[in-house]
Amino acid sequence: MTDMLSTGHQASVERTKLIRAGLRKRHLTENVFKGLGLAAIIVALGFVALLFVDIVRRGAPAFTQSNLHLSVTFDPAIIGVEPAPVRTDGQSDADFQAANLKWQRDLAMLNWNKVIEASLRAAAPAGFEIDTKDLLAIAETDARHQVREQFVADPSLLGKTVEVDVLASANAQNWIKGNIDRSLPDTQQQLSAPARALIDEMVASGAISNGFAWSIFTNVDSRSAPASAGLLGALVGTLWMMLVVIVLAVPIGVASAIYLEEFAPKSRITDFIEVNINNLAAVPSIVFGLLGAAAFINYMHLPISAPIVGGLVLTLMTLPTIIIATRGALLGVSPALRQAALGMGASKTQMVFHHVLPVTFPSILTATILGVAHALGETAPLLLIGMKAFVAAVPATPFDQATALPVQIYLWQGNENRNFFEPRTAAAIMVLLLVMILLNGVAIYLRSRLEKRA
Amino acid sequence: MNSLVIAGLLLVLLGLAYQSGWSRSRGLATANGVKVHSRPQYHGSYVAIWTLVPALVIVILWAWLGDGITHNFIVGQIPVETVQSLDQVGLNATIARIKSLASGYGVAGEVLPYEQTAGDALRSFQFITFLVVIVAAAVAGVVALLYARSRITARLRARNAVERVINIALLACSAVAILTTVGIVASLVSEAYKFFTFIHPLDFFFGTVWNPSFSSTGGGAHGQYGLLPLLAGTLMITFIAMLVAVPVGLMAAIYLSQYAHHSFRAVAKPIIEILAGIPTIVFGFFALVTVGPFLRDVGGFIGLDIKATSALTAGVVMGIMIIPFVSSLSDDILNQVPRTLRDGAYGLGATKSETIRNVLLPAALPGIVGAFLLAVSRAVGETMIVVLAAGNSPVLRGNPFEPVATITVSIVNQLTGDSDFAGPQSLVAFALGLTLFVITLCLNVFALYIVRRFREQYE
Repeated sequence: MTDMLSTGHQASVERTKLIRAGLRKRHLTENVFKGLGLAAIIVALGFVALLFVDIVRRGAPAFTQSNLHLSVTFDPAIIGVEPAPVRTDGQSDADFQAANLKWQRDLAMLNWNKVIEASLRAAAPAGFEIDTKDLLAIAETDARHQVREQFVADPSLLGKTVEVDVLASANAQNWIKGNIDRSLPDTQQQLSAPARALIDEMVASGAISNGFAWSIFTNVDSRSAPASAGLLGALVGTLWMMLVVIVLAVPIGVASAIYLEEFAPKSRITDFIEVNINNLAAVPSIVFGLLGAAAFINYMHLPISAPIVGGLVLTLMTLPTIIIATRGALLGVSPALRQAALGMGASKTQMVFHHVLPVTFPSILTATILGVAHALGETAPLLLIGMKAFVAAVPATPFDQATALPVQIYLWQGNENRNFFEPRTAAAIMVLLLVMILLNGVAIYLRSRLEKRA
Repeated sequence: MNSLVIAGLLLVLLGLAYQSGWSRSRGLATANGVKVHSRPQYHGSYVAIWTLVPALVIVILWAWLGDGITHNFIVGQIPVETVQSLDQVGLNATIARIKSLASGYGVAGEVLPYEQTAGDALRSFQFITFLVVIVAAAVAGVVALLYARSRITARLRARNAVERVINIALLACSAVAILTTVGIVASLVSEAYKFFTFIHPLDFFFGTVWNPSFSSTGGGAHGQYGLLPLLAGTLMITFIAMLVAVPVGLMAAIYLSQYAHHSFRAVAKPIIEILAGIPTIVFGFFALVTVGPFLRDVGGFIGLDIKATSALTAGVVMGIMIIPFVSSLSDDILNQVPRTLRDGAYGLGATKSETIRNVLLPAALPGIVGAFLLAVSRAVGETMIVVLAAGNSPVLRGNPFEPVATITVSIVNQLTGDSDFAGPQSLVAFALGLTLFVITLCLNVFALYIVRRFREQYE
């Protein structure tokens, strides 16, 4: 008996030992598994952090620009034109206009680069040897237009010397900001050795200083003067598109959701519509671009590269999102509210529009903003409807040629002047992300605020 | 300008109509003390709808037919012998010049006398037709207004009529979704059909060479349009993306739904979902300037020749993009597994990870597979990351460290630049789009079928 008991005891001890050993292994597996999960989270969060840090680190330099402070002399020896025409008595409007135009044309024919060159030479230390071409490479190519416009606006400047700030050229900015490796040999540098030396000289003397690059927000894209290229045209083009999306997608989306959820008889047709909408939500965005190219541009002859076409394409893309979200919101409204409205004698339409719909406003609003934010970042379909074209103007109507913020990013990342446009692309991305974060923030704020009240 | 005038006219008419219906209804109610069926605003809307429809019909008819009528008028103004001497292109150019003269902007070059007279005639014609359209729309609107107003009685069921119109408008809005699908399918099929008149479908679907330029040797004068290299590139990138997204996304979902403290979950989940909201062009740039060079350097360090723009780069970054998609879908599906199943496993003494691996995951497997398929369809259709980071090299090869091209990249390449829909060079984009559409549609339908079927198991 005792023997058996002891063996039984021993067996149980051994079993406990076995279990303990197994348990240790099982707990180890448990911890490994849990650690893997945590690692996955850390990897995902790490990607978010890495992406944002990388974009900001790359884009930040583009928000400063280097300005040249020049003393520009409007030397009569260079600006050899007649004084600006003055309106005489008895001169007709047309004659004065013609005289004025001729004067401006004469001014445009002048070599304003000579003015810029003279002021740059004045800024260099005495006896500094440098070619004209190398010297002019320091200042942005549109500096001459800037100086000419200043003179056109105030012809009395002739013979005077004024302080003018012009932008440093893209290559000069690369050198100043260190976007280009300074140790590269001469053959690989965009600027000649004297030009680089002069830039360093001018930075040291304070003739070049850095300021915030407002031009990114106030200028349109430019090919000839890359350092002054800005986002304004793309921003306005994007705004037009978003306007089209909001004006079309929200009413149509909400209306079809109301019909499907509240009025539609449950039939094959409405089933088909429903399946259809779910499928549309999953169609790749580029297919919508193909639809836009074939239907809106090739068939309906809407203007190519126009925000109206982009807006229509994005509207069709956003519709399913808004419909699905609105249907969800309508489904969530309590039946008591509906019955109360019907009980008071409201018709079905009145019940929906006066009682049910107002309750769902917060959800619809949030879904709309999220849908618009998504449409805002969409690029591929816009490339297919011609919004990739270079447009150096702010679109005044949705029918004008325009580009959009994501497309501008695409265009800038492909620019040959990599050193200069890589930071600028990252800066444009920062602007785009900022707009999206703002939109998402507004959506979250509205949801939390309005839902509490409702 | 003209459209502004018309819009203004319609708005004024609408306001008048609403007001008149409204006041008539009020008068009715106060004068006789009878019980009016509908509220005044319904009578107002009733009259407004009656007024708007005929006016709008006239305006839309003009917008539709006006161009043709103007065209015929201009042709009528040009001397017959001139019309006969011009070909179609020359005639169109002349018409454009006359239109430009009429608009007052002037044209380049010398203005022929007949062009000037035609331009002047066109200008007065445009002015008169514009007046006619406006007056016709206004008269039709006012007549309809008066008719509708005369119909207003206490017994008129204005509300029902207005609600019927609202109902029709709502139905029309729902039809937009159908129309979109019809538009997608019609445009893809018709343009792809045109493409297949140039290139035999067998050459397209089973061709192994993608060389969409005019070529004098080999596949005829139109170049070669073999789908297989693109399909292979698409599948390779998708595969790499899933290799990144599935483990990370699934483990993240498991951790968030089963282990994480709810406050950690409240912070981590939205941050991961930020990835889903970032525009793909941003991922493309990130891949191009950061991930690609990094992978190349790592490859150089361990002795592998990895190109900076390669299937690997695009696939890895696309995988990052898809993580939140996989994780939130898996999260939902894991949460749908009934508690009793989990509690049963705990009751038997299983640890958390054992419960997850042996109970939760098998139970949720069909749903998770569905989620993966949805992620695959998203990866197949993704464009900007591959446009920037895959390198665009449409050659059939199996090395993920080399550049590849995908279906979406080729669509972008073929259709940007010129939008001349006449040659196979741009029409092939629609054949590719159709292929892409069919692939993603099948994946989506199949995935939704699996997800739905699985959901019903516990209900």
